[in-house]
Amino acid sequence: MSDLLAILLSAMVVNNFTLALFLGLCPFMGVSGRVETALRMGLANIFVLVITSLCAWGLNTFVLVHAPYLRVISFIVVIASLVQIVEMAVKRFSPTLFRQLGIYLPLITTNCAILGLAIFQTNRGYGLLEGLFFALGAGLGLTLALVLMASIRETTELSEVPDVARGTGLVLIVAGTLSLAFMGFAGLLSA
Amino acid sequence: MRATTPREDLLRGIWRENPVLVQMLGLCPALAVTNTVENSLAMGVATFFVLCGSSLLVSLLRRLIPGEVRISAYILIIATFVTIADMGLEALVPDVHKALGAFIALIVVNCMILGRQEAFASKRPVGRALLDAVGTGAGFIVALFLMGAVREIAGMGSFLGVPLFGAGYEPWVVMILPPGGFLTLGLLLIALSAWQRRRRAAATAGGPGPAAEVRP
Repeated sequence: MSDLLAILLSAMVVNNFTLALFLGLCPFMGVSGRVETALRMGLANIFVLVITSLCAWGLNTFVLVHAPYLRVISFIVVIASLVQIVEMAVKRFSPTLFRQLGIYLPLITTNCAILGLAIFQTNRGYGLLEGLFFALGAGLGLTLALVLMASIRETTELSEVPDVARGTGLVLIVAGTLSLAFMGFAGLLSA
Repeated sequence: MRATTPREDLLRGIWRENPVLVQMLGLCPALAVTNTVENSLAMGVATFFVLCGSSLLVSLLRRLIPGEVRISAYILIIATFVTIADMGLEALVPDVHKALGAFIALIVVNCMILGRQEAFASKRPVGRALLDAVGTGAGFIVALFLMGAVREIAGMGSFLGVPLFGAGYEPWVVMILPPGGFLTLGLLLIALSAWQRRRRAAATAGGPGPAAEVRP
């Protein structure tokens, strides 16, 4: 159990997907303007990450042992169809949630965090349960980073910043500072 | 769509519409693997190869791919070239392959590549598509090289592994760690924006002289 907890914590804060591994930067830059949308995007990501982890485990165990060179191709095809199915299911069973998620759901396909999760999980040889905890930790970490970033950006909108620095430059500097803060978690697990 | 000359197709991606520095595409590899010049160049060349290969094939097949499934078809073509690049790097330069790790496979989801297929290669003849891919790919290499050079020089005091300063140099270790990626790109963008402002101000002050940038 403590191993599983270590995997969860490591993926969530120590090796945060966005701030330490640079995965999922597009939503991090794109939808981190408001706390509410950031939170919703994070939750959609957790959902897709967990299902992807299950699928990647299935592919690794039953299919890719016979054809390892198909790894990248099969992962991306499965992720693309998975997002499509999730989108249809959400639309069918909860139209309200579907409207709230809007464009964010299909955009998850091209989020590198999803493919990254599948590949990291394979490279590290995680089993089913380890993979699930890894996905959950990664998703929580993404959500945490998104919400933190959105709260900071809501504040910087009202502060006085030199004109040249406005826009993406400022967002990147803030992200760098956040990333620096997250490095403080590095001693958490080795201790 | 506005007609462009072959020269424009080739040159615009390198600087004026640079994929990373101006269009903000492909940020994930630009931040993740640029801690040394060597890694940056390897990533740039691998992406260049994938982009040229996919643009060529997409442009050749543009009349055969049905519109409804075009994105899936592009992704499959890109994934095929990424697999080739992955295996090629592993066979030729195993050390670099190990350093780049999962990020080679992640070239598949580099939005710059899919963007070029959707916006350009799928609508133009093969020659133009290839010119555009070469230009955009070169622009990507330029941006990665800039990032890698700044981070390696500041973070390790060396360039391509060759020490630049004496033993008294205290390296800024943070620059080769993840926060350094964000900070370097942020500062680079701010510097670029300041430089453009100054040029624009100079151009309006002196009238629209030859130095004024002609924007479409």
